[in-house]
Amino acid sequence: MSTPDPLDTAALDAAVDAALADIAAAGDLDALKAVRTTHTGDRSPLALANRAIGGLPGPEKAAAGKNVGPRRGRVNQAIAARQAELEAERDALVLATETVDVTLPTGRAPVGSRHPIELVQERIADFFVGLGWEIADGPEVEAEWFNFDALNFGPDHPARQMQDTFYVEGTDGAETNLVLRTHTSPVQARSLLARGVPLYVAVPGKVFRTDALDATHTPVFHQVEGLAVDKGLTMGNLVGTLDAFARAMFGPEAKTRLRPSFFPFTEPSAEMDLWFPQKKGGPGWIEWGGCGMVHPNVLRAAGVDPEEYSGFAFGMGIERTLMLRHSIADMHDIVEGDVRFSTQFGTEI
Amino acid sequence: MPRIVMDWLAEHVELPADLTADRLAADLVRVGLEEEAVHGAAVTGPLVVGQVLEVTPEPQKNGKTINWCQVDVGEHNVDGAPRGIVCGAHNFGVGDLVVVALPGAVLPGPFAISSRKTYGHVSDGMICSVRELGIGDDHDGIMVLTRHGYDAADLVPGQDALALLGLGDEVLEINVTPDRGYAFSYRGVAREYAHSTGAAFTDLGLPEALPTPPPAATPDGFAVEVDDVAPVHGQVGCDRFVTRVVRGIDPGAPTPAWMRRRLEGSGMRSISLAVDVTNYVMLDLGQPLHAYDLAKVAAPIVVRRAAAGERLTTLDDVERRLDPEDLLITDSPDGARGSRVLGLAGVMGGASSEVGETTTDVLVEAAHFDPVTVARTARRHRLPSEAAKRFERGVDPLLPAVAAQRVVDLLVELGGGTADPAVSDLDTATRPAPVAFDVTLPARLAGVPYTREEVVGTLREIGCAIDEPADASTDVVVTPPTWRPDLTEPAALVEEVVRITGYDRVPSVLPAAPGGRGLTSEQRIRRSVARALAEAGFVEVLSYPFVGAADLDALGLPDDDERRVAVRLANPLADDRPLMRTHLLVTLLETARRNVSRGLGDVAVFELGLVTRPTPGAPAAPQLPVGVRPSDEDLDAVAAAVPAQPRSVAGVLAGNRGPAGWWGPGRPVDWADAVDAARLVARRVGVDVVVVADPERMPWHPGRCARVELTDGTPVGHAGELHPKVVENLGLPARSAAFELDLSAMIAATSGAPVAAAPVSAFPAAKEDFAFVVDADVPAADVRAAIVAGAGELLEDATLFDVFTGEQVGDGKKSLAYSLRLRAADRTLGADDVRAVRESVVAAAGRRVGAVLRG
Repeated sequence: MSTPDPLDTAALDAAVDAALADIAAAGDLDALKAVRTTHTGDRSPLALANRAIGGLPGPEKAAAGKNVGPRRGRVNQAIAARQAELEAERDALVLATETVDVTLPTGRAPVGSRHPIELVQERIADFFVGLGWEIADGPEVEAEWFNFDALNFGPDHPARQMQDTFYVEGTDGAETNLVLRTHTSPVQARSLLARGVPLYVAVPGKVFRTDALDATHTPVFHQVEGLAVDKGLTMGNLVGTLDAFARAMFGPEAKTRLRPSFFPFTEPSAEMDLWFPQKKGGPGWIEWGGCGMVHPNVLRAAGVDPEEYSGFAFGMGIERTLMLRHSIADMHDIVEGDVRFSTQFGTEI
Repeated sequence: MPRIVMDWLAEHVELPADLTADRLAADLVRVGLEEEAVHGAAVTGPLVVGQVLEVTPEPQKNGKTINWCQVDVGEHNVDGAPRGIVCGAHNFGVGDLVVVALPGAVLPGPFAISSRKTYGHVSDGMICSVRELGIGDDHDGIMVLTRHGYDAADLVPGQDALALLGLGDEVLEINVTPDRGYAFSYRGVAREYAHSTGAAFTDLGLPEALPTPPPAATPDGFAVEVDDVAPVHGQVGCDRFVTRVVRGIDPGAPTPAWMRRRLEGSGMRSISLAVDVTNYVMLDLGQPLHAYDLAKVAAPIVVRRAAAGERLTTLDDVERRLDPEDLLITDSPDGARGSRVLGLAGVMGGASSEVGETTTDVLVEAAHFDPVTVARTARRHRLPSEAAKRFERGVDPLLPAVAAQRVVDLLVELGGGTADPAVSDLDTATRPAPVAFDVTLPARLAGVPYTREEVVGTLREIGCAIDEPADASTDVVVTPPTWRPDLTEPAALVEEVVRITGYDRVPSVLPAAPGGRGLTSEQRIRRSVARALAEAGFVEVLSYPFVGAADLDALGLPDDDERRVAVRLANPLADDRPLMRTHLLVTLLETARRNVSRGLGDVAVFELGLVTRPTPGAPAAPQLPVGVRPSDEDLDAVAAAVPAQPRSVAGVLAGNRGPAGWWGPGRPVDWADAVDAARLVARRVGVDVVVVADPERMPWHPGRCARVELTDGTPVGHAGELHPKVVENLGLPARSAAFELDLSAMIAATSGAPVAAAPVSAFPAAKEDFAFVVDADVPAADVRAAIVAGAGELLEDATLFDVFTGEQVGDGKKSLAYSLRLRAADRTLGADDVRAVRESVVAAAGRRVGAVLRG
């Protein structure tokens, strides 16, 4: 009996077949490792055949190599493929065991929110900044001169009595001539004096009237004031600005309508109605604020020549805007500071 | 505000027959007379005239006697038989014409009438009293129509009493703005209605509208003197005073039903013929009038200011102490000139000279008073009377003679009196000043291409006289009508042109602003801070700024605490909260408490807002005039008087900061949450702050309060756990924490300069840990500062990762373990570099805070 020839083709085929069968049968990575040793290890028939090539005379090496190389390649490829398969199976199993109930509550970090009154004011500010206007503010405890006289409400003006004003008392009841501002309009004179003309400013802010809190009134509320003073401004420009503002706040169908009215600091003066598409019971007009062309005395009080400059001004309630926009029925919700109210609004409005 | 009875209005202007209150409101709002309310019909359903046919008194067990009546109600009789009605009143008898509410009628209340069984009868309706009909307070029982100015000849049983009494009409109430005093009259409203609709208007306020024009003053007219020693703003208090006398009026003459109905429909009660007539003419024309009992007035009447200490009992039976600024109507009994006070001029008459049940001779006053004087007196005595409402808004100074004549005519006609030929008319009234006006101004200001004809025509329509220049110049002179004292400026005339031609003609043109700079840095920082706090779990709230001493006491603020120096309101909403908050926490804590009390135990709230920090002894703000730019000195004085109002940000945390859940227990709020929020605010502002212990700052825990300072040592706020006493006072959960920072001061401390970015080194970092033992009372911040100083420029980050106390470090000591990350900008650090840093850090820590490296 002679030593079997490691390069015998039939034997090589048999080795390859055996190897492929074992690879396919390997059930896990450990089994595959053993199969690899058996069929590609140093003492495997294919390794022995490969080594035997080295002992052949030169001219035979090439032919033998062609006989052995591809067979080894097939086996190695099969092992790699099976390895990848088994690894994928193992990984899938690990992930499966790590499965959790993703519907469990996850709120480990508390979530806060902004107050919608502030958010609406910021949104309004953004609208006016978009028009190229600037945003101004002023003190809440205000000199009567700015709150009234600079706005053409003299001390005996009947409208001055209609404002339900909080007055500031000095020591021992002395006069201070200070009030809690009853509207954002004192910032008109402040802005004109501080910034000069031309001037385009919007003034969102807090104002005060001696109204008791109920479903539609609050002694502390918010307004936004608009003031534009330039050469050649018209009442048409006022209407155009109000219409654009209404659309920004209430959608493309919103528009405004003016009705003649009276304010000491504007002439002509108007009440402004808003066409409110989402009005309960169908679209309709809703009172939104007051407006008009800046009274010459307001310009004079700020050292602006009314012969040269004209302007328009308007003001509306932020609470009313918010209540309309978000179907808020009761003022108490806005002012009481219950976190359940603010939380509904998040940080954007 | 004025209520409008339609058929009265129709005497001044042509009205469509089918005009409803709603339609009238729509027509008037177009020209600026806003609807205040539409008062529904006071009574609905069948209300008819009835004639009493039988009255059978039936005594009852309870001692009362009721009347079982048979009443003829004409076509409403049942099967031709009169209706049986039970009535408890006794002031009527057989044959009387009364008002019957039939079943189905609803009287004010609302009180629905039905057929009902009572006192053993089926009462088939109700015989009504004035009170039940809502047209008077009379307790005199049943309304017998012939005693209320109705003529029996005009009445038929079954006739509709709704129309007869004017109870079935809706009545429009309008709101009159302060510049339109003339619209406090049918004359004025009619004029506006004509402007709105083009309807034909008849001005009944002109002398030519009277059957006989008012006579001129006679030498024997009732003597009147105006003696005003203290005119307000240089304006004499009374510039027109017309008196007329009517003698021989029948004191029993009733006010005719039509006048009563109109007065009541306009919201006024009928009082007596003389008073009703003056009220009627006032409502009609807008001229307040007064009727005196001639027998109780002694010439001359003197119009003068009050003397100190004078008193007057007004018609409302209130005795009033008069102010030297009050303008009075006085007379001169026993020759003592001006010695007796008859009334507050233009506001309210006095009781002493009132016309009464026996008055036969009446002195009629129709005067014109200074609006400011009247307004001040009305305000001072809280008497917003019908007269004052009109005078303070301005009354047509040409009206007194016309209105007085109307009163005289009515008293003669209805009261059987005789007009006395003696008339006095003291007249120094000025007429509206002409206004120079450029007819192109309305077009320029409104943006509507009005023609010259439109502008001039409109101004003429409202009663202005226009002086047009001979040339084609656009400058005209406009003389406003006497009933429009508000038309003093070209802008006011522009308003009239735009108003009368319609606000709906104004186009919508968005102006192009020159372009602004966007939000200011401060405005952006404010938003950033608010958003950061919201993202960190705080909910933004707004609280009212009104506080009282008790609120400050609850926070344990010492008596001399600067936060007690507050602005005080003269008229607070609540007497126990008259102060404006000097800091936010005082009201924010109350908001937090409200949330906790509503079952929201884990709460984190914040507020951003102004606080008021008055300077004690600050001067009062100067009073400066209207329409004039104040001098810079005056503006400085105003600025000095307005208290500082910095913007503050505060937060309150209570309960759990991290909620409990399936992952485990919640994490309770502690002092560090508040300090962390304060640091977050500082980071968002972009300002460096340091934190130092502050054991003396209420409402915080003395051992757990951090003062937040700028790097120059300026304090900007506090943060930490609240004092247990305060927590108890406020009913908050134990260990609640809070912070408050002066946001304005922090923002002011930012440089505003752009950040100069340091290059980012890509060389590897070296990590080096240290555990230092220091005395227990050495602040961690100091240890860190020592480490930072020692490590020098190679230090990228130093993190405290462990704090340890115990036997191993010894009594009164603590161990602080820091991890340092070192990195160079230009090379990989070598062992020598790291060793050098280590030695330097240990040395610095030892030197500065007595730290010893833990073995």
